[in-house]
Amino acid sequence: MKPEKPTETSPDQGAGTGDRPLWREEFSIYKADERYVSRRQLTKFLTLTSLAMFAGNAWILVKSWLRSRVTYPERAIARAGEIPVDGVKLFEYPGPEDQCILVRTSEDRYVAFSQKCTHLSCAVYYSPAHHRIECPCHEGYFSIEDGSVLQGPPTRPLPRVVLERRGTDLVAIRMEAEREAR
Amino acid sequence: MNGPRVSPTRGLTAIDGAMALIVLLLVVQMWLLSATLDAYLAGHGDAALPGAVISGVLFLACGGLCLFVIRLEKLRRVGGAVDSGSSP
Ligand code: FES
Repeated sequence: MKPEKPTETSPDQGAGTGDRPLWREEFSIYKADERYVSRRQLTKFLTLTSLAMFAGNAWILVKSWLRSRVTYPERAIARAGEIPVDGVKLFEYPGPEDQCILVRTSEDRYVAFSQKCTHLSCAVYYSPAHHRIECPCHEGYFSIEDGSVLQGPPTRPLPRVVLERRGTDLVAIRMEAEREAR
Repeated sequence: MNGPRVSPTRGLTAIDGAMALIVLLLVVQMWLLSATLDAYLAGHGDAALPGAVISGVLFLACGGLCLFVIRLEKLRRVGGAVDSGSSP
């Protein structure tokens, strides 16, 4: 059990903070002091946590600034008529790691989305029977029209690949996130 | 050495109050971070700047309260106030 703090300053305690070694301030042998020390240390820890939160927000700011500067390549991904109605074609866009899915929904309508589910990144597929995009992992369903969430755990729509028809070629020109896709 | 004296019980109460305020600010900051992250992932880049600014202000407030706690403790030590409480 820790001793009570004496009412008089003991000789080895020093006259003030300047005289006391740092370790005596951080590891007090008195209960009364310890209550202050533990509170001070917890306060410092909480402030550092606050700094970490701020760093997280700053990181998001930098990432969104970098994202706004991204330029998308224009790439022919398929030829019109190459796939049948309700058929699909997988392709990579904008980078070689980014899997996307192209769906021919009617005779002359094509839509393309990122194939990565916005919930936990499973690969989605097109279900012609239900006319929607489905995620096999947790039964998340997306609209084939605009990629919006129809059902399931995802909260964000699938990023859409903007297509342009140039002659017989279908050209991917950029990606669109939620707000622009609406 | 003479300095401003801090009543021990009042000092502790003030420190507890400051800590409660810091926790409150932290909860707001946590919510802010998750909301900004969600908006960023949904493609709303314009939420990032206000999020970062407000988070910075909250951090400064936490830092101010932390300095207040440290200063209060130092005042108590320098002033030589003795805590009458003895329970751990
Ligand atoms: S990963 Fe697609 S619904 Fe969970």
